[in-house]
Amino acid sequence: MSAAQDPVAVPARRISVRPARGRFTTALKLLLTSPPTLFATLVVAGVVVLALFDELIAPTGYNEVDVQQRLLPPGQGHWFGTDDLGRDVLSRVVLGAAVSLQVGAVAVGFSLLVGVTAGLLAGYYGRWLDTVLMRLMDVLFAFPAILLAIAVIAILGPGTTNAMIAIGITYTPVFARVTRAAVLGVKESVFVRASRSVGVSDARMLLRHVLPNAAPPIIVQTSVSLAFAVLAEAALSFVGLGTQPPAPSWGRMLSEGRSYLEDAWWMAVFPGLAIVLLVLAFNLLGDGLRDVLDPQQRSALEAARAKPRRRRRAGVGA
Amino acid sequence: MTALALRRALQSVVVLLGVSVVVFALVHLVDGDPVRLALGTRFDQETYEALRERAGLDQPLVVQYLQWISSAVTGDLGVSFRSGEPVTALILERLPATLSLAGASILVALLIAVPLGTASALRPRSVVDAAGTVLSQIGISVPEFWMGIMLILLFAGTLGWFPAGGYVPLSEDPLQWARSLVLPAVTTGLVSGSVLTRFTRSSVLEALGAEHVRTARAKGLGARAVLNWHVLRNALLPLVTVTGVQLAYLLSGVVVVEIVFAWPGLGQLALQAVQARDYPVLQGAVLLFAFVFLLVNLVVDLLYSKLDPRISA
Repeated sequence: MSAAQDPVAVPARRISVRPARGRFTTALKLLLTSPPTLFATLVVAGVVVLALFDELIAPTGYNEVDVQQRLLPPGQGHWFGTDDLGRDVLSRVVLGAAVSLQVGAVAVGFSLLVGVTAGLLAGYYGRWLDTVLMRLMDVLFAFPAILLAIAVIAILGPGTTNAMIAIGITYTPVFARVTRAAVLGVKESVFVRASRSVGVSDARMLLRHVLPNAAPPIIVQTSVSLAFAVLAEAALSFVGLGTQPPAPSWGRMLSEGRSYLEDAWWMAVFPGLAIVLLVLAFNLLGDGLRDVLDPQQRSALEAARAKPRRRRRAGVGA
Repeated sequence: MTALALRRALQSVVVLLGVSVVVFALVHLVDGDPVRLALGTRFDQETYEALRERAGLDQPLVVQYLQWISSAVTGDLGVSFRSGEPVTALILERLPATLSLAGASILVALLIAVPLGTASALRPRSVVDAAGTVLSQIGISVPEFWMGIMLILLFAGTLGWFPAGGYVPLSEDPLQWARSLVLPAVTTGLVSGSVLTRFTRSSVLEALGAEHVRTARAKGLGARAVLNWHVLRNALLPLVTVTGVQLAYLLSGVVVVEIVFAWPGLGQLALQAVQARDYPVLQGAVLLFAFVFLLVNLVVDLLYSKLDPRISA
């Protein structure tokens, strides 16, 4: 059968199936020309650098107690002031970055691995596997996020590692749903049908064809979930279920600062600002990535502008 | 419509059963004897035996689960390991505080979101839009408990306008009830409001671009009439769904804000149950949260299909 006789085959050849290298650089350029995204990228990069070199950057160790220097306001020597034990707040904020990032990365990595696998299998194989896996995810999804995390920690016991597991379990269903939806879209596309017809194995099909093409919404979700995970770690540590003292954790520092609100506002203000900045950066990065990678999910304004193009694309798929 | 309602209700029941199995399994995965752990230093053989028997811990797990779930259906969630009070009573006691906070927060959220979101959408890329976008972006990035602490610092500490925490029942003193409600409700309302603002903006924008709006304008309707009759009616419809989800979240997810404001709600009850290893209370609270969450979602779905005649399949 020649391409000309098969109306489906023509657009299939014209659409580039896998992102070409050119598209990647365009995406990167687009990302960096949007001021909020650039800001977000810089903040995330900055926090990563802080976390990597924290012991070089922080003026003091995380638990250098000096009771004579307790509750000093921000100023010379202690830019962010000192806490109730005379520890340098700036140092603890800097050293807390690694904890936040680590918990975020491990927890989201867990959700990503489990959720994407579940979503991939459910979406691709469908039928009973879909039903079983997705109902399971529905069950997890029915728990309010923070409460599920708290319940998991109630069982595992408090601590940083258990907080990672708890947060990871909590955000798994989102990844399963996002992946499944994307796979359903990709599964029926012409190139997948074509690959199947030439006998590509399931494993190869899933990893080489389906997953890369379903990736954009998953990447966006990863950034947004990192924001949630940082918030969740802070919340868990705040109520005493996450990172345990004396390790520096932004959430923990907030709960300590709460007891000294009237005497030492800086104890609660600076760790909070650090959380806001990192979470904001992940959220903005998610928005920026969505605009570039996943145009159909863009805000209505952009969608309205892109309408003619979208219609044409819908026509091709039909 | 009825078929849809039935099918959705059935789905929710199945999910809820799944939730109950997970909750039950979680609690019984714990190493050691939950009753002994809960009693701690207050251990005495008689109470221990009584509680074990009351909780049915001497039975096989499947029997225990079936007993628990069948009494849960009738509203009996067992007794607290700590206080010996029925779990249902403990939950009901906390309900007014949680409902007050959730209701007030949703009100604050909508009062922010609808005007700000609509104004942003009507003048995209204006100062209002930019401000709205920046504020809502920051709003969803701020940890609620930190926002609470900052509000306490400013309005309870420096200015002294509102109490820093605590709850006054409505029946006791309506004025103090309202005052005690302001700071926690603004805290959660600002965050929920940020989510809803973003949603309102994109929803109104989408409605503005619809063809019937162009037609309405073309036939010479005034801007206000177009906005009220053709834009907002359609745009605010999907807002019902998102507001419902926010409400479900507020009814169950504000554990940490309750801690900040010493608010005696359900979240605090659940957290205290975790800290005291009071598993019957934890089980009951989590099951109730999931139930509320599913129920609100179900109602919202059905309401939505009722409001929007296009969705009826």
